[in-house]
Amino acid sequence: MSLIAASGVSVGFGGPPVLRDVDFRIDPGEIVTIVGPNGSGKSVLLRVLLGIVQPRRGRVMRKAGLRIGYVPQRLHIDAALPMSVARFLSLPRRQTAHRIAEVLTRVGVPGSEAKQMTVLSGGQFQRVLLARALLADPEILVLDEPTQGLDQPGVAAFYRLIEDVRAELGCAVLSVSHDLHVVMSASDRVICLNGHVCCEGTPKVVSNAPEYRALFGYGTGGALALYRHDHDHSHDHDHPHGQEAGR
Amino acid sequence: MSALLGDFFVRAILAGLMVAVAAAPLGCFVVWRRMAYFGDATAHAAILGVALALGFSISIFAGVLGVALLMALTVSTLAGRGWAMDTTLGVLAHSGLAFGLVAVSFLPGVRVDLSAFLFGDILAVSRADLAVIASGSALVLALLGWRWRALLTATLSEDLAHASGIDPGRERLVLTLALAVVVAVALKVVGALLIAAMLIIPAAAARNFARGPEAMAAIAALIGAGAVFAGLQLSLQQDTPAGPSIVAVAAVAFALSVGFGAIWQKLRKDKFLPE
Repeated sequence: MSLIAASGVSVGFGGPPVLRDVDFRIDPGEIVTIVGPNGSGKSVLLRVLLGIVQPRRGRVMRKAGLRIGYVPQRLHIDAALPMSVARFLSLPRRQTAHRIAEVLTRVGVPGSEAKQMTVLSGGQFQRVLLARALLADPEILVLDEPTQGLDQPGVAAFYRLIEDVRAELGCAVLSVSHDLHVVMSASDRVICLNGHVCCEGTPKVVSNAPEYRALFGYGTGGALALYRHDHDHSHDHDHPHGQEAGR
Repeated sequence: MSALLGDFFVRAILAGLMVAVAAAPLGCFVVWRRMAYFGDATAHAAILGVALALGFSISIFAGVLGVALLMALTVSTLAGRGWAMDTTLGVLAHSGLAFGLVAVSFLPGVRVDLSAFLFGDILAVSRADLAVIASGSALVLALLGWRWRALLTATLSEDLAHASGIDPGRERLVLTLALAVVVAVALKVVGALLIAAMLIIPAAAARNFARGPEAMAAIAALIGAGAVFAGLQLSLQQDTPAGPSIVAVAAVAFALSVGFGAIWQKLRKDKFLPE
């Protein structure tokens, strides 16, 4: 049984539809990555799947009692709200000091319990968000552009961490990326979205392609992969397919 | 005579302390969620509640609670629909106050001491008032205590709350309800115009010392309680209006906290104090 399944989902906010007739499913243990340019509706799809946004048409089904570990795109903590890392990790459920220390070590920021959230660097902040998601003992990790604002080694390290964690926990991973070239190499499926599902398939790790090396170098340990993106298919939609030329 | 004096003064202090303690954690949420003007709109609507209560001869507490609740719900619904909150709240806050003042003037045969409702009448708190204030404050504390973690999570991020199975809309409703109750009980103490000050100023002062949300609520309660105590003493000795005196003391405490907070941070940075 799928953890999350959606069929015929359309979403609009008064204007033209942001998503049209999208089908989706993710099974236990599966790694699925949604890629698409800015404004392609991928974050909206994620929010529909999480139940934050109600679709105008279509159905979304989540497994009853599904434990979700969610890493949001960004989280702004108001300067008026004092919040230590340990306190943040105890929301919404209280966690033992031992468990907090363990998970912080796991994500690579050991001993940062007493630090205020607002003094963390971008990379540390993302790792703490991941730690919080892991504390939910998730059946599925949901990552909304988790590496935004990180530099290239930071991105690679973060994705490697996700792959390690998921190998340990065996949870499903659903992530979203705006960069058509950067997806997890371990993805079982990549879904290309631009208002609707353009195409879907396994990513090809083009480790020998010179363009790939020119873009990402050798140092990423396979955590970054080029999803070979063929747009010489034709179907009836009216948007340009120029985004893959980016970077 | 002096026993009587002591009695009304004790009642005033008790009423003030209870409101300060209930307002502190709620005020923290008002500050964290940037709802300051929202508190103002709800408090100003209280005057309309007073007019309706007098007009229909129902208890003032019930009238104010009802209208404050209605105003708070209206504002939070409009916010949910994406209205420009700055303008909407400005319109609602001041129309609430204006309509209330106009409505009071229509009341036949009643001479209403408006300043008691605008600035509070804490020295006239009766035993019955005290009972109402006590139950209202207890209700607010119980409500916030019960929902504390969910409220904090929803305050950090509505999406994060959703993913954890918390409905941020319901948490917003909890705060809305708590706000209406605080307005209704604080009206007698500091008056409609200064209720928002009792919510915001102690919380804002506490921010300069607190390292965690719970600590901030506790420090805000201490500052609020101190302001009630000192404000009432000031009022007694210098014959100043009680409600404004309390708020003035709280404001001085805030100003001091900014200076002390800076020194505090410096000491911590230089490792004279634990993290």
